[in-house]
Amino acid sequence: MIVTKTYIKSFCTIQNNEILLNGKTVFGTESTVFSDFSKKAYQHLEMNYPKFFKMDNLSKLAFLGAELLLENEEDSTIENNTALLFANKSSSLDTDVKYQNSISDSENFYPSPAVFVYTLPNICLGEISIKHQLKSENSFFIFADYNPEFMEKYSNVLLGTQKADKVLCGWVEYYNEEYKAFLYLVDKQGKLEHNQEQLKKLYNQ
Amino acid sequence: MEALKQELKSKIVEVLNLEDIAIADINDDDALFGDGLGLDSIDALELIVMLDKDYGIKLVDPKEGKTIFKSIETMAAYISENRVK
Repeated sequence: MIVTKTYIKSFCTIQNNEILLNGKTVFGTESTVFSDFSKKAYQHLEMNYPKFFKMDNLSKLAFLGAELLLENEEDSTIENNTALLFANKSSSLDTDVKYQNSISDSENFYPSPAVFVYTLPNICLGEISIKHQLKSENSFFIFADYNPEFMEKYSNVLLGTQKADKVLCGWVEYYNEEYKAFLYLVDKQGKLEHNQEQLKKLYNQ
Repeated sequence: MEALKQELKSKIVEVLNLEDIAIADINDDDALFGDGLGLDSIDALELIVMLDKDYGIKLVDPKEGKTIFKSIETMAAYISENRVK
């Protein structure tokens, strides 16, 4: 069964050293590199999750957005059936390149296990699932561009077929210090209608 | 030996991205895994790479790591005895 009406319960955008939640700035810094920005955001949001600093930049980006949308959403003492549906353009290329550099010199061949484990884009979904105790459906797709049509249909199928109670969707693009994250929580109840036009509008805000 | 212990504390914090831990807070006999610094299995692999890269020590048997990486004290003792650089 496909549900006919679904809603965007909340949304978050991270780009240009700024984090917006439901269209309002919750954190921002002066122009800086992503590692510095993400560290300051972590401190500002009082996240208290040291594993954050071990993540690669793509995972940090996805994790920050998910934290804002899920922190007050779930009761961690019960099992939450919130599916994760993410996508981007550059996959884990930023980390892949770093790893490749660490193994390209045979005279200085010291591959880092901690870097290697992030050479897949869907690792960020694992990080979010661990933090929020999710044992739900999760998928990470690679598209040439932001694809609201696919995301809308796929998340509605997850809800309509009872595979999930909610779906956390996200476009999380990171490569070479260029980044943008747009995450939103799709629910069967809410005020903001979940459709392609809305997704395009919110993404471009 | 004291200088080596300080060096190890500094390297561990840097290499393992332990942003929330100050070097001064690490005692020589603190457990590196479990209840101590709370390192995980990937950290253990990083420490094995560090031994090779910085001290020229190749661990042939990964099981040795359990004893060697028990604390800063045990790491420093092992490195002192086995380092080739």
